[in-house]
Amino acid sequence: MDNSMGYDSIDSGNLDVLREIGNIGAGNATTALAQMLQRKVDMKVPKAALFEFRDLGEVIGGEETIMAGVYMTVEGDVRGSMMFLLEKNSAGHLANQMLGGMGNPDAEEFGEMELSVIKEIGNIMTGAYLNSMSDLTGLKILPSAPDLAIDMAGAILSVPAIEFGVLGDKILMIQTRFTDDVNIDGFFILVPDMESYHKIMKSLGMA
Amino acid sequence: MSNIIKVGMADLNICKSPDGITTLGLGSCVGVAIRDPITKVGGLLHAMLPDSTVIKNNTCVEKFVDSGIDELVKRLVRAGANRARLEAKLAGGAQMFAFQRNSDLVKVGERNAEAARKKLKAMHIKLLSEDTGLNYGRTVIYYPETGIYVIKAVGKPEKSI
Repeated sequence: MDNSMGYDSIDSGNLDVLREIGNIGAGNATTALAQMLQRKVDMKVPKAALFEFRDLGEVIGGEETIMAGVYMTVEGDVRGSMMFLLEKNSAGHLANQMLGGMGNPDAEEFGEMELSVIKEIGNIMTGAYLNSMSDLTGLKILPSAPDLAIDMAGAILSVPAIEFGVLGDKILMIQTRFTDDVNIDGFFILVPDMESYHKIMKSLGMA
Repeated sequence: MSNIIKVGMADLNICKSPDGITTLGLGSCVGVAIRDPITKVGGLLHAMLPDSTVIKNNTCVEKFVDSGIDELVKRLVRAGANRARLEAKLAGGAQMFAFQRNSDLVKVGERNAEAARKKLKAMHIKLLSEDTGLNYGRTVIYYPETGIYVIKAVGKPEKSI
């Protein structure tokens, strides 16, 4: 089957379903974060859309924003990429808080300890996201070990983009942004492949 | 007044001196810059994958290094560049994460850069310089007026190649 054709056929009702998955997944994850921080974390309305690669920069509000990106591949019934992106300063503050103030949030470069904490936060958050998605759909979703890069958002996003460049000319993304009053600004991005998209729809009685 | 034209991912464009052309946040993708130093027509390709011949769904020629360079050269010649005088510079092709698990895509950055070298050589376009590989993203700006290719990366001094 031609994947790009398949992607083009996604109708708005199905995008609503994907948005709801983003809502529940990220809702669960931000609750976990709020508990860790003992502070309120807000979540924006998720976006689910097919993007042309050349428009990818808009997804995260600019290719050059420096972000901490935790990336994992997803296997099992659902295959694709999961990313947890935190604006760099947010990542520093969050790591510092987790380290009980022993970190150095304003350092130009993070130390080993900060990097490891950021990776772990990403792991917990994406775990919470994918678990709730798995509960909802009854599908098996197995994330790989997390990997971390601190760099320009465009460069980080090139990794899942390239994976989907093999399959077609567009990329299906479910994006949820979360913020708090002070200094947290980040995104979840889930990129399922075409077969998984159909499985998700079927599991929810939409196919 | 000169403008800076922006090129997205899986995209290309051309410009004429004194304008420049840029692409932001190259990761494993490559930015292939080509110009004619006499007419000062130049262009930039932001390609994601090395080889259009091994992938079925390739309606987008700009997605690939090989078909993208073909298209860029065609556009440059149409805009007044002399095919025989073209010269190139290359940037990008990083490995952003330590483990890239998808086996088809192991070292895709490196393979993108290699595909660009090979394609340019096959087309007899001289590759003057490059800044490729390693593990960080790059923003690039190319000026067909001078052939200067500016490279910016997070936490590193700006350089020109």
